[in-house]
Amino acid sequence: MRLLDGTNLALIRGGRLLFESLDLHLDAGEALHVTGPNGCGKSSLLRLAAGLLRPSTGRIEHGGVALADEHLALDRELPLGRALAFWNGDTAGGMNAMGIGHLADVPVRLLSTGQARRARLARVIGSQASLWLLDEPLNGLDSDGADRLATAIAAHRKAGGAVLAASHQPLASDWRQLELGA
Amino acid sequence: MTGALISREVRRALHGAAWLPAIFFLLVATLVPFAVGPDAKLLARIAGGTLWIAALTAALLPIERLIEPDRADGVLDQLAIAGTSEEAIGVAKIAGHWLTFGPLLLLAALPGSFLLGLEGQSLVAPLIALAVGTPALAALAVAVSALTAGLPRSGALGGLLLMPLAIPLLIFGAAAASGEGAGPLKLEAAIALLILAGAPFVTGAAIRAART
Repeated sequence: MRLLDGTNLALIRGGRLLFESLDLHLDAGEALHVTGPNGCGKSSLLRLAAGLLRPSTGRIEHGGVALADEHLALDRELPLGRALAFWNGDTAGGMNAMGIGHLADVPVRLLSTGQARRARLARVIGSQASLWLLDEPLNGLDSDGADRLATAIAAHRKAGGAVLAASHQPLASDWRQLELGA
Repeated sequence: MTGALISREVRRALHGAAWLPAIFFLLVATLVPFAVGPDAKLLARIAGGTLWIAALTAALLPIERLIEPDRADGVLDQLAIAGTSEEAIGVAKIAGHWLTFGPLLLLAALPGSFLLGLEGQSLVAPLIALAVGTPALAALAVAVSALTAGLPRSGALGGLLLMPLAIPLLIFGAAAASGEGAGPLKLEAAIALLILAGAPFVTGAAIRAART
């Protein structure tokens, strides 16, 4: 089953052509690692896949997606559990997968940087979306966090999901690679 | 999702400074008798217009916190990904904002009217005019907030944008508040409806435009 289907994509932002004639396909169980220098359009590609940007040419179709970008998108004054619950997912499952289940009653504003990083991934893991879009998912994660993310991604792919990640750090070896700005 | 969004708006406003516009409103209404003197007849004559100027300036205060924090924190993006249309976000923001803005302002209008020398029967017209007008003021505040989200000094810019847009509402609202019969009140209601109907679309388009 195709979860992301983009053909002949081009994106112009701020008068600059970020990429063109790009074909982007993700089937169930697949994972794609987007690499490239700063400013080559990795984050824009993720926003394109999320439907937040429209391609300048080409067309893109997708089912349910979940995006973890640099924004936390959780209410600072709420306890983590309730803040995550606003997004209507498997809140406990997401938190436990990232090892922050014990922080459910802690207000989001008191989380450390690393814990907040885990929380934004917990939001995606808890979502019922079949396609995960992860922008620099390993940033700010310790090795335990990285291991937990890898486990969650493996389980997600096994369950028929797909992952599209932009990262400067190496991800698992069974990821397809896409280099932008090459 | 819209229901959850409305209750989130109310919760965040109550957690923040929902009382601020009402206090500001009361403060302006208090200042006017000091400025124009204690002539009860004069005060009663300008009371309707004064209450409206006070309400309009009070409506400016929340502009900066209505849309921008959610844009900056990615909440608007996540809502779009979750399938909520930007117009529905606009409707929820307006409803949620009015719930913490309108009733408090009307409550503050009671002592405000006393300070301006209104009492008894003469209280009714200004309160009805404000009750009809506050949803439109809330809608304008949300729309202007979306239009200026992400811009530097958006608070000042929002004020410059909102006040001219509110002039038609002000004209008929103040006339209705002065008890000039049913005509001005009907026209005020018509303009308020027009603003309420248009604001979600302006808000939605502005949120989408800020994304590109």
